[in-house]
Amino acid sequence: MTTRTTTLPGLNVGQAATGSTKPMRRVKRRLPVQRLWPTWAIVATQFGILAVFVALWEMGADVGIVDPFFWSRPSLIWTTMIEFFSQGNAFVDIAYTFRSTILGFIIGTSAGALLGLSFWWSRNYALIMQPYIICLESIPKLALAPLIILVFGMGLASKVAIATALTLIVSTLTAYSGVQSVDKDQEKLFYSLGASRWQIFTKLVVPSCIPWIISILRVNIGLALTGSIVGEFVASQHGLGRTILYAGSTYEISLVWVAVLVLSALSVVMYAGVTWLERILRKGVVR
Amino acid sequence: MSQPKLTIDNVSMVFNTNGQEFVALAPVNLDVPAGRFISLIGPSGCGKSTLFNVIAGLQAPTEGRVLIDGQDATGLIGQVGYMLQKDLLLPWRTVLDNVILGMEIRGVPTKEARDRAMPMLQRYGLAGFEHAFPSSLSGGMRQRAALLRTLLIDMDVILLDEPFGALDAQTKAKMQEWLLTLFSDFGRTVIFVTHDVEEAIFLSDDVYVMASRPGRVIDKMPVDLPRPRDRAIVSTPRFVAMKKYCLDLLHGAAVPEAA
Repeated sequence: MTTRTTTLPGLNVGQAATGSTKPMRRVKRRLPVQRLWPTWAIVATQFGILAVFVALWEMGADVGIVDPFFWSRPSLIWTTMIEFFSQGNAFVDIAYTFRSTILGFIIGTSAGALLGLSFWWSRNYALIMQPYIICLESIPKLALAPLIILVFGMGLASKVAIATALTLIVSTLTAYSGVQSVDKDQEKLFYSLGASRWQIFTKLVVPSCIPWIISILRVNIGLALTGSIVGEFVASQHGLGRTILYAGSTYEISLVWVAVLVLSALSVVMYAGVTWLERILRKGVVR
Repeated sequence: MSQPKLTIDNVSMVFNTNGQEFVALAPVNLDVPAGRFISLIGPSGCGKSTLFNVIAGLQAPTEGRVLIDGQDATGLIGQVGYMLQKDLLLPWRTVLDNVILGMEIRGVPTKEARDRAMPMLQRYGLAGFEHAFPSSLSGGMRQRAALLRTLLIDMDVILLDEPFGALDAQTKAKMQEWLLTLFSDFGRTVIFVTHDVEEAIFLSDDVYVMASRPGRVIDKMPVDLPRPRDRAIVSTPRFVAMKKYCLDLLHGAAVPEAA
């Protein structure tokens, strides 16, 4: 039995493709697979790196590679830490910074989110406000710190004001982006059902914007903390920012490190708080 | 004859873009008797969606009026049930709470609305999914929920804009039969837009064929097939003849006519 092969003129694909050119290299390669380590190994390695870093620092200071006058050393930081916490002032300072950060965070985020959401109500209003918002966004708000201290005084209010200034505009812009991304067809559906503006706002716009607002929360924790600290740098009688400034100017570098470590711990705590808040907000908005 | 449920009285739509006039809809006249199922078929750009938007009060026509039960409803929203192409279920609401959205907007207390919707969901193929979120539903299920949401606002006129356009052939056939069940149970007046000629004939009492540039209705074809209809009907000579008639009209309409 023979099989007949019909060759169509001009359709000699194999030849046309390889023809005079060099044959293509054949690739024999397996799909790369990365094996994940177990969690304990990851965590152990993380701690290991930290331990090695601290040990190198300490030894470097012993040998003289790291100048402890500028950089301090882990052992000294540890004793300073114990000293810092054994005097009552520590908690006053922590509470002071914490309070101004949280207040600034709450005021800035909620006012910003409300402002951003309000732009949904009127496109004219949104268009009129837009250039102002963009201008305010481009101002380096921290540059206004001395002015804010003059207006609001040395106390807590000025720190809260700076933290608010840093968080407010970002929140406004993010919430406004959320408003702009509300599905037009969704809006159409609501209108076709006979909805009022207020019903669309509460039942559609606000829930649609919740993921956007959640995304600001994390950013704002960092910003609010920065605002409070800078406020304390400029003028303050309490707070971790003041502690850092004071320690720096008296060459107590280990105290600077202690304050910075406490600040990090503070921001971790606030992050945990935000994560919890996210869960509550998201509860209604699970996909 | 008694008063038509819905009257499209000389409705036209002209857009003006930098001095250029674009006629999206040449004057259209339609009378739809109560309880009838009519379909609009036509190429893209024949103004089907514009017409729907006008009926639903979402766009003001350049001229003409929309009458429901003889009452002027031009530019009024919430007078008809309108199901858009996409299901538009809210992802943060459960199926049940999505279905009651229309009732909620009309001020029915949530609990009462849920009580009313629950048996509907169970009867019309969403049993067991009442508390599921839309993301976990198949395309057909989502369309069911969207259609029930439209039906539950108790409007006599229902506009369906290609509701099954995105579904696969099998699901589509199932959904069409499901829709016919709903139609006979609820007795609403339905206006259905589709690209699918077979779907239009299978479902409708009348098929209106539209043409584009300018968008207009070029023919009305009554479908005198008995109800309830069985799927087998699509291969009967009568059905095939009607399908051919529509397709010929559509293809004729797609080519610009010589002046």
